[in-house]
This record gives sequence, structure tokens and C-alpha cells, in this order.
Amino acid sequence: MAVIEENPGYKWVGTRPIRPDGLEKITGKAQFGADSILPGMLYGSVVRSPHAHARILSIDMSVAKSMPGVKAVITSADFPDLALNGGSAGDIDMSNNVMARAKVLYEGHVVAAVAANTREQAKAAADAVIVNYEVLPHVLTVDEAMADNAPLLHDGMYTKGIDPKPEKPSNVASRVVHERGDLDKGFAEADLVIEREYTTKPVHQGYIEPHAAVADANSDGRAHIWCSSQGHFQMRAHTATVLGVSPGTIKVTAAEIGGGFGGKTVVYLEPLAVRLSQRAGRPVKLVMDRDEVFRASGPTSGTRIKVKMGVTNEGQLTAADVWMGYEAGAFSGSPVGAAGMTVIACYDIPNFFVEGFDVVVNKPRVAAYRAPGAPMAAFAVETVMDELARGINIDPIDLRLQNAVVEGTQASYGPKFPRIGFVETLEAIKNHPQYTAELGPNQGRGVAAGFWFNAGMNSSATVHINENGTATVVVGSPDIGGSRQSMALMAAEELGISYENIKPVVADTETVGFNDVTGGSRVTLATGAAVVDACRVITADLRARAAKTWDVEIDDVEWVDGQAQHVDGSQPPLSLADLAGKSGRTGGPISATASLNARGVGAAFSTQLCDVEVDPETGITRVIRYVSAQDAGRAISPAYVEGQMQGGVAQGIGWALNEEYIHNSSGVMENASFLDYRIPVASDLPMIDTVIVEVPNPAHPYGVRGVGEVGIVPPMAAVANAISDAAGVRMKDLPMSPVKLLEALNEKGK
Amino acid sequence: MSRRHITATINGDEVDFLAEEGSSLLNALRDEVGLTGVKEGCGTGDCGSCSVLLNDYLTCACLVFAPEVEGGTIVTVEGLANGGELHPLQQCFLEGAALQCGICTPGFLMAAKALLDRNPNPTETEIRYALAGNLCRCTGYDKIVRAVQEAASQIREA
Amino acid sequence: MKYASPSSVEEATGVLAGALSAQVFAGATDVVPQIRAGRKQPEILVDLKGIKELLNVSNEATHWRVGAATPTARLTENSDFSSEFPGLSEAAGLIGSDQIQNRSSLGGNLCNGSPAADSVPAMVVNGVRAVVAGGSGSRTVPVSEIVTGPGKTSLADDEFIVEFEIDHMPAHTGDAYLRLIPRTEMDIAVVGVGVRVTLDDVGMVSAADIVLGAVAPTVVRVPEAEAALVGNQINDEILATVSAAASEACNPIDDKRGTIAYRKQVAGVLAKRAVLLAAERAAERNGDAK
Repeated sequence: MAVIEENPGYKWVGTRPIRPDGLEKITGKAQFGADSILPGMLYGSVVRSPHAHARILSIDMSVAKSMPGVKAVITSADFPDLALNGGSAGDIDMSNNVMARAKVLYEGHVVAAVAANTREQAKAAADAVIVNYEVLPHVLTVDEAMADNAPLLHDGMYTKGIDPKPEKPSNVASRVVHERGDLDKGFAEADLVIEREYTTKPVHQGYIEPHAAVADANSDGRAHIWCSSQGHFQMRAHTATVLGVSPGTIKVTAAEIGGGFGGKTVVYLEPLAVRLSQRAGRPVKLVMDRDEVFRASGPTSGTRIKVKMGVTNEGQLTAADVWMGYEAGAFSGSPVGAAGMTVIACYDIPNFFVEGFDVVVNKPRVAAYRAPGAPMAAFAVETVMDELARGINIDPIDLRLQNAVVEGTQASYGPKFPRIGFVETLEAIKNHPQYTAELGPNQGRGVAAGFWFNAGMNSSATVHINENGTATVVVGSPDIGGSRQSMALMAAEELGISYENIKPVVADTETVGFNDVTGGSRVTLATGAAVVDACRVITADLRARAAKTWDVEIDDVEWVDGQAQHVDGSQPPLSLADLAGKSGRTGGPISATASLNARGVGAAFSTQLCDVEVDPETGITRVIRYVSAQDAGRAISPAYVEGQMQGGVAQGIGWALNEEYIHNSSGVMENASFLDYRIPVASDLPMIDTVIVEVPNPAHPYGVRGVGEVGIVPPMAAVANAISDAAGVRMKDLPMSPVKLLEALNEKGK
Repeated sequence: MSRRHITATINGDEVDFLAEEGSSLLNALRDEVGLTGVKEGCGTGDCGSCSVLLNDYLTCACLVFAPEVEGGTIVTVEGLANGGELHPLQQCFLEGAALQCGICTPGFLMAAKALLDRNPNPTETEIRYALAGNLCRCTGYDKIVRAVQEAASQIREA
Repeated sequence: MKYASPSSVEEATGVLAGALSAQVFAGATDVVPQIRAGRKQPEILVDLKGIKELLNVSNEATHWRVGAATPTARLTENSDFSSEFPGLSEAAGLIGSDQIQNRSSLGGNLCNGSPAADSVPAMVVNGVRAVVAGGSGSRTVPVSEIVTGPGKTSLADDEFIVEFEIDHMPAHTGDAYLRLIPRTEMDIAVVGVGVRVTLDDVGMVSAADIVLGAVAPTVVRVPEAEAALVGNQINDEILATVSAAASEACNPIDDKRGTIAYRKQVAGVLAKRAVLLAAERAAERNGDAK
């Protein structure tokens, strides 16, 4: 179901053909990260810290090196110390996360790696590396890390964003603030003020494919990496930095990627695989076990968030006061900045103060996860919104409509919004039949909204016209969920040829121009714009070639339906195949490249509706119906837009109900498996209805906004609000597990 | 090191391979037989990515020791199509956009085949429980369930 | 690790007797994760599925015989068995996904020694006996006496379970097993409750068995709840007593899957529900079926 603002009469954009890479993926031919097998390849294994925080006193590799089949053993001594080489703080952190240097900062932190002839030999050798540690006290949460006299992870960390600079180091890396108006005045104007405090736990992206890398290093210093990532150019750059070499010496071929959701924008294994390959003189494959994925990659932040908001009896929001502490894991860089920018971005609130802290703790370094930082913040604000609506007895969608940001509103994070579709998503949910469907006993209904900026960044694309008039579209953005299809659809629309005659290719780092990561919901927007630009260079070229053929001016030639046509119809049209077949006579092969830094990013909004049923005796919550309405700008590939929306909701439901990192008092993760880290299974979920709202982004040739991320922002609040409706208890800590819900119900019953 | 010689019928052909006695069928299929369509997501039977039919029964290849398959019959995703003709499930997954990243798809196809082979007309709930051993993190399962429903309908009408 | 696949009970006990550290297995659904996590490192893996007695399911005059390595899916799809023992069949069917069900077995579920094993409370309420083979011969032991603590059994190193003997369900008797998991599938029980109830001609409870799983180091029987039921009609007051007794019988731990308070409370809830379900089944069974 789609709300179409206008129908420009596209032939391909908006259709649902079979994806170009589909056949390989349903027959098992597609090559993912762990699928490369090279001649003479060794298997690697990684030695990881069993402690949450410890000083490395010594590493004894002698036994491991002497074991059968072992070809290389490496530690931090095998990597340049960027702190001594003038590396940036970010590069030093990245290097120290790939391989711990003086201290291990979380359980699972890498301390050594080995390569051997077989997996079993590599594992045995890794087990034989003897590391002596001096165990240090650790901190696991925002509260512990911010406490007075808390053990410090980094002796030199002084909080940024505080003036004057603090006198003492702490675990707080930085502070961010957004403010407007007069908070006291705003709360004084309110008829109802709600103040609540929330906590969320770290959750993992949960991609099904573990991180994997195969590296083949040559003796001349060059290396070739095959890996699954969200950005092979980023893998190249980061690997080069950690190894202390030029990016030009490293070639990265993008394997198919088995899910990422932000978590595969980071190097973990690649620099290790290259160094092991250099030391061994053989190709090396490194693949994480699932428990390593949990212990040492991802997740996103655990948080503590305090929200105070005021509203008048007429439904006007008057003030918001927000405090946010986000766990960064072992190195600074939580998404609290984005959280601060998004937390109240849905609403036009005259007075607010938003303060956020980036806090290091002894857990794995957080990585991006789908709209990084926004979902936890929305959980807090959107449940307060629900309480406000009920408190003044107004429909929760009406309260949001009354305060919704629209075109021209000054966003809480700064700029004025251009054309946006938030109101349209709210109305789509209000008009959906589920909004008024009857609820049974122990059932409840909740609404929540969410915002995400989306990203632009750098993309390149090359389009080649083949000699028969078919086209090859070469991009450098890994296809994580159907982007080859959207590239091909836009190219088909531009070139006027059939979608089936276009072959999209994800090329390696030496075959296509630079591309930033597949992330920030940017690929259809930015890489798509590059494809469109390249196609337009080609159609201009085709018009010129037709003009030359006909000996007329180029302005007399139009490109229509895949043909060059003379404006007065005086010449028989020349198809793309005609022109391609004779390209040798009109200037040679037809091809064009476009590179750009995408501007005009279109913000995305989502409003979601959740019905749950709660078992009041056990605290079990089941989601029984769900609708997501999202402004896609324009759905180039509607089937995969729906897929992004449904996937975001499913992850959000998991985050809401069951997913969490559980650490014991020693800082060791206790549930590092898919058995105990409970992502939703098929029987946990209902069908997830989607309403694609199309309010085109005026700055993109096809109106694209980017759809990958915002869908995960509302679900936790939608579920919490539905639980409140069903069971009469407000859940303020994620996950809303049966244990916590039953506790809350017991408390309520007292 | 003890490598055992194992013979099994894999996707219709008799295949010989060597495997460490304690190694998994999953590693043997991927490393020794070259069937990398069988994926590892967890190695502990929790994700279903390595689902294969072993002697006609749906099984996680990661939970089977390689020597157990001596003389047995294995079907992997690579053996699902009949020559160039896709299995209706494969066709319906393609047409229904029932995959995003595609890493879990081989396992889902095998689990769905096992379901439809024994129950040609499953309800939505039966499909969801039959696929509960297969994790997908991209789709929210919606389009997968619909693709299985559509394939079931096509197979019944064929 | 070596792999052995004996084809007879005698051959298997011989392999076990000669091994320094052997691990018998049927479906290996617990064994593989344990090896992978480094918790087990046996010298030899002994695959019991080559022994035909361990895969046998037969319906005999006085009892069922179920081979200890029989995949639970083969047992639950046996409609005669499942209609006679719906609770035990459902408990066996809850052990993991379809993929797991084609490998998991009653013998493995029991001998893994997990307090949360789904089939064990259901076997205990049905008085199931294990036929154990070993170097010193064969013995028959109640299932309730096999597990002695988490991961520990009363079996000697050279012993394994060949089959289970399950006496036919008496007339007017029904069983049930309910468990709580946070998801709908692919979870370990946070609480499990097995119940068997026999009703007399007027609907009074004449026999009751209530056994809890996942709330103590081994499964625990709840004699107070059984006593409250026997000789009474099931009513709200009796059910409240059953619930309270079940909660009281728990000796659980706080762990990643649940808390002490939660387990105690929910054990009471599930005990009540399972009693009602078992009684409903008992009322429907006239005793003809076997």
C-alpha cells in the first residue's frame, strides 16, 4: 500500500522485477566473506582476552610457534605503534581495537593471532599462546564509569565539550549540548509535565554472517583482501592505517555481505589477515566464531536517558529537558551525538535543553547500528509523548500531529527542514484500519514515531554501453539488501532500455572510483545519483553521436524511450543498440563515469503502530499486529523498501522484548550465542504491514530519501506503549523481558 | 592427524572426501567438497544457515560429525534446482523479494522444502514454526513466509 | 578426536571400556556446542545410532519401548504414541527446531543432565524407566534416578541408555507438559512443568504426579501439590494450593535466563495450567487406547 503524491509515469522506477543478484543467492553460488578458498590458503585463529580490563604483562608464543602446521604468530609488536608515529587519536584507537597494545579493555579484545595449515592446528596454537595479565578493576555501565573515583580505561581522557577543560581525566570522552529558548519558562507554561528515566542495554546488529576476511600478501608489499563489509574502500583505508602502509598497496574485493546493519563498517580481521599472510608467505583466511562476533564486534550502546517534557492542556509541547549517557565501549565514539540531534527532532518545541555524554566502559567498542543512537532516545521521548497524550486526554497521533515538524520548521539540531513527510506518515497510521480495530482481552495498542537524517557522502559509478546496446553499471557500494536492483532500475529509466538489459556490478577498489560505506541509508540516494549522472553523460553523448550521424545540431536530438529522435521526426530514430553497434565510427566506445559528494539529503520519518497481547501471569508479550508507515521519498524498488521497513521493525521488536548483552560481575559476556542472545524467530512475529509514503525529496533526481534506518527508531516505544495499554504498566528499561514485566505487574498489583 | 575417507551421495552424485574424524559435516561440505552454499552462522545449531537434508531429514550440518554421513545421502541448496529448472521455492523467493543479504537463504530454502515435502498445505503458523530454526535478520520473515505460501500453492496446483 | 560407530550394544561397551575419555552421542545437539566451547574434549566420539535397539519404537502389550537415540521427530510423528502420551510427545517436540528434532533424542536430552531438559519432567510423571547397558551388564532404572546434578548422571563411564520403557497410560489419565520461554521457539526452558493426573468415575483426582524442570539442580517432584489434588475435585482453591506448592518446591538460581523470584512465581502459574490441561485429557480418555 502506498500513498503516492504524484505519479511521474516512470516505466521502471517503482516496479518489482527480480533482483539482478538473486539467482546466485538462491542457488548457493554467491560468494560471501568466508567462501573464498585460495591455493595454499592457511587458516587463522585469534587469541582474545578473557578479562574485561587488564594490563598485558607478557605474551609467550614459543609453544604456539613450535606446534605442527603453524606458520605465523603475531601480536601488537607486529603493527606500528601509531601513538609514536603521529597518528590521530581515532587511528590510534582503531589500531588498539584491532590488536590490544598495553592493556586489554574488554573481554574478547584481541591480543594475538596465528595462522596454520588447518583450522584445528590454528585453534590449538591460539590456545597455546600464553598471556600473563594483571587484572584491573573494570566498569560496565554509564553509572559505574561516571562514578567518582571510577577506574579509568584511558589515563589521558579529558572530557571534550566542557569549558574550561576538566582538571582530571575521566571515562567521559565528550559532552554534546543542543538548546533553545528558556527551559524554566517552558515548563512554567505547561499544564502537565512528565519526567522519566530509562535504561537500555547494548544490543548487537545480529547479522547472520560472521566477520570473515581472506588476505593474500605479496613479498613486494602489496596485498589483496576478500572480505564482507559495508565498504571495501573503508576496509582498504583502515587496514592501510593499521598496517602503516599506503592504501594504494592494498586491493579489496567486496564479497557478498551477509548482513551488516552498520556493524560491518569497521575493520577487525582484515589487518590481522594481511599481516599473518605477510609473515607466512601464504594466503590466510580468518573467520569469527559466533561467540567472537558477540564478544568483540558491534554492538550499539547501552544507555541511561532522562527525559522531562511539558505540554499544555491544548496539546502544545512547551519544553523538553533531556539527559543522555551512552556507553561507547572501550574507545570513545558512541552515537550520542546523533542521539542528541535526533531525540526531539520530530517535534517543534520552543524550549529545550539536550545534553549527552559519550562514556567509555569495559565492553566491546560500539559500532554503528541502523540509525545509530536514535532508537534508544526515541524509546524515551516517544513513551513520554504517550504519557503526555493520555495525561491530557488527547489521541497520541493528534498530539504528534499538532507538534510535528513540517517544511520550514527549524530543526532541533539546527537547519530548517526542506520538504518532509512526517505528517503524512502520522496520517497514514491514523487512517490505517488497524488503528481502530477491536482489541481483545489483555491486548493493547501503541504508537510511536521516529526520525533519521540519512546520509549523502561520496560515491562513484561508471556506466559502460556494450556493443549490443546493453549496459553495465559499475558501482563501489556493497549490495547489502537489493541496491543493485535500484541502480539498475534508475539506469533503465535514464537510458530508456529494459531493466533486464542492465547488469549492475559491485567492483573492487581498483576498478571503480571511491565510494564511502553502504550506510546511513545513502546508497540509493548517493550512488544512485552517481549512476543517474553517468547515464545522463551517456545520453548526452548518444545525442551527440546521433547528431553527428544525421549531420544535425545536438539540440535537434532528443533521447526518448531508449532512442535518439530528431525533434521534427525527420530522421528514422536510432536506438541504443544502433548507436552502440556503430560506436567505432562516432568516437569509440560509449562509457561514462560520475563521482559526487551527495548533497540534498532527504530526512526520513516513520510512524508505527503495534498491537500486543500480554500474559498477565507470566509477563510474556507477543506482538500480534504491526504496521509501519515510512516516508521513502520515492520507492525506486518498492519490494526492497518494504523489506527495509519490515527488517527494521523486526530488529526493533527484538530490542524491545528480548535482546540484551548480559555481563557477569567479572565483565564476561554470558549470552554470546544465538541461543541466549534472543533475536526474533519467525514464530515470534506477525506479518508486518507496510505503508510506503512518498513525499519526494526535491533534491534527488528521483526523489529518493533513503529508507534503511529510520524503521528501527520507533519500535521499542511502540511496543512499550502497547504494553502499557494492555497491562497498565509503564516499562522504562529495555528489554521488556517477561521477568521485568512480571515484576512490574506484581508491583502494580500491590 | 587422522583424516578419514568418506563416501556419500551428495546432490545425486557419489562423492569421496577426506575429513578429520571430529570435524563437522559443515566444514567438510564447504572445505573438502566445495559446497560453500551451505553457510555457517553459528556452528551450534541455533541459526539454521547450514541446513541440509541428510538421509531425507532436515539437519544442521554443523551438528553432524563428518564420518556420520558415510554411505548417506545429502542434499544441499546446490542440489535444489533440477538442472536449470529452479525449484518453485527458489522461484518464489526471487519473485517475492524474500531475501535481502542472502546469507540465510540457502538454509531457509532447505527448511521450507522439508516442510512442504511433508505438509503441502501449511498454515501461516505452521510455516512460522517450521522455519523457527532458521534465523533471518534482514526481512522480518514477512516476505519469506509469503514466498513459502506461494510456492506451496504452486506445488499443489502443479 | 576419533569417531566410532559400533553396531551392537556389546561392541559399544567394548569401545567405552577401552577409551580414556569417550563421549557417547546420538544427535550431538548438545555435545557439539560443548566441544566447540571447549567444555568437552573427548578422545573418542561414540555414535550410538548404528545400534538398532537404540532407534527402535515399538508398542508392546504392557508398555512402549523407545530407543534412546530415536530422533524426537520420529517419536512425535508416531500418532499412536502421541495420542496416548500427548504431554510427553509435546515435551519431546519442544526440544529445539525442526533441524534439532531430527537429531535430538530422549536419551540425549536426559543424559546431557540439564535441569531444563524438556522431556525429563514429562518422562518422570509417566514413570518412564531407562534400560541401561554397560560393561557389567544391563539394569533398568527409573528416569528420575539418572540425573544427579547439572551435567551429572548416575551412569558409569562405560554405561549408556539403550531404550526407555513407558507403561501404557492407564484409563482416565492424561499428561501435560508446559514450559516458559521468552521466545516462541529456540529457547531453553526458564520453567518447565510436567503433570499426570488420573480421574475417578466422578471426576475426582485419584492419582497425580507433578514434576518441575529448570527450577533446581535436577527436576523436582512437588508432593504437596500431588497430595492436594488426590481425593479432590479440581477447583480454584485446589489449584491455588497446587500453585503455591509448586512455587515453594522450587530451588532455582538467578541466571541469564531468569531470576529466582520469576521462576518460583511462574512455576506456580504453569503448574496450575498444566494440571487443568492434564485433567482435561484424562477426562477424554476412556482407557481403550494404548
